[in-house]
Amino acid sequence: MKQYFKNTWEGLYTVFVGMIITFKHLFVPSVTIQYPSVKVPLPERVRNRLYVNMDDCIGCDQCARACPVNCITIETVKSLPEEDLGKTSNGKKKALWVTKFDIDIAKCCYCQLCVFPCPTECIYMTDVYEFAEFERNNLIFNFATLTADEAEEKIINYEKMMAEKEAQKAAAAKAKAEAAAKTKKEDNSTEKNNGKEKDSE
Amino acid sequence: MYELLKDIFGNDIIAYIIGAALPLFVFILPFALFAVYLERKISAFMQDRLGPMRTGPYGLLQTIADILKLIQKEDITASETDKKFFNLAPYLVFAGSYAAFAAIPFSGMYIGSNVDVGIFFIVAISSLVVAGLLMAGWASNNKYSLLGAMRSAAQIISYEIPTVLIILTIVMVTGTLSLEKISQMQTAYFWNWMIFGGAGWGLTKFLLFPFMVVAFIIFYISSLAEVNRTPFDIPEAESELVAGYHTEYSGMKFAMFFLSEYANMFAVSAIAVTLFLGGYQSPFGYLGNTLGISWLIPIEQLFWFTSKGIFFVTIQMWLRWTLPRLRVDQLMAVCWKYLIPYAFVNLIIVGIITLL
Repeated sequence: MKQYFKNTWEGLYTVFVGMIITFKHLFVPSVTIQYPSVKVPLPERVRNRLYVNMDDCIGCDQCARACPVNCITIETVKSLPEEDLGKTSNGKKKALWVTKFDIDIAKCCYCQLCVFPCPTECIYMTDVYEFAEFERNNLIFNFATLTADEAEEKIINYEKMMAEKEAQKAAAAKAKAEAAAKTKKEDNSTEKNNGKEKDSE
Repeated sequence: MYELLKDIFGNDIIAYIIGAALPLFVFILPFALFAVYLERKISAFMQDRLGPMRTGPYGLLQTIADILKLIQKEDITASETDKKFFNLAPYLVFAGSYAAFAAIPFSGMYIGSNVDVGIFFIVAISSLVVAGLLMAGWASNNKYSLLGAMRSAAQIISYEIPTVLIILTIVMVTGTLSLEKISQMQTAYFWNWMIFGGAGWGLTKFLLFPFMVVAFIIFYISSLAEVNRTPFDIPEAESELVAGYHTEYSGMKFAMFFLSEYANMFAVSAIAVTLFLGGYQSPFGYLGNTLGISWLIPIEQLFWFTSKGIFFVTIQMWLRWTLPRLRVDQLMAVCWKYLIPYAFVNLIIVGIITLL
């Protein structure tokens, strides 16, 4: 009988204890963060989406070689001697047109290995992490500042220059060869004499 | 109220139809919308969350969006169900809980049907809900639904006993079954409420007071069980039975169950308020009386009634987010081993006091 009343009392009492606890929690500030409008501050050295500052890029291809998953594709074209591409922020002279600088973020493993070899510190990790896409192709980011036409122009320019050089070289070689041939003929008699001389020696 | 409607429309039938539809459209639907929002907010705050925040300012339009979604949803009827009863059950459940509103006095002006056996009518008509739940569980042809329905039936029938015993003690004190008359007895100030021993300053008032408090607690616990709310929600125990008897329902039929659950929550709170806490009576006199504006009084009464009701609905929610669910045997033990003996002893003592 005593146990019975004790049970009754405990049943009611514990309910009230629980109710007081939940009532206190009514006034505890919420822990919810309303994500898209409020964001948690990220740590200082977060590794998220890659970014390339093309003003500083010299097209050295070191990042692409460092990448363990081959997500960086770089194509470059040599500039013409008369073209001035300017200098990077830390004073390196740019000599290459970067016609293609694609980073496939879908492949990227955020290891940051590409960041360290860069001589001009132009490739780095940003704190942007909201770049979901519906198509995987949309995750290939093109950083090259040249348009396709411009890139083609640079390639043609370069090829022209090379062709000209080649032609010049060929012409020079031809001229040289002709000159050589001439001198050879002239030299032939002397050489023979020389040979004889040599033989005699 | 009917006289007023009859004057406006000049026709008995139209006046009755409008009078019958009034609590549904004026009260239950807005109340359900509000209560769902309130429940989600209370549960969120108790768990240190924010609850709905996106739809409208502070998520105020969330339940309206939910209802719109439910209306648009496809009404799925599984192929193996007993279609006739499957389709009938939600409406029966809702009819059962809605019919209880007929005898609840919202204010001095509005009471759906001022029958002399008001409280008896409510107890009787609420049993229709059990039939509806069993029908839903059986017709769903799903073991979880059936289990939920059986549990619900067992629970509601068991808890009907302490509820009715407490109602009986009130009826013994007041000497009437009419909710209107019980409300009128508790007029003027809050110390005239039944929980404080009723009107009058005799010895019986002070003798009755502790037993009325006990009666109120028992009534509140058993009414919680009757509307299948946590901690007595084993019929729809999510972790055991999916969703109990409304597992197979979707769209508007599910909304009907939902609506009837919230209507029931208010109905039992309203009955508790009417029996113990003065019904629609203001706790400290009426502004209409002091200002001499007679038409203000029914509006004040409606305000007091709904705010008392919503207060107890809030306590139901508070309990829901505090207590874990009872096991089936614990549930039955609470009812048969604790509530019923206490209710009986209470009944006898109150009977002796009223004889004095």
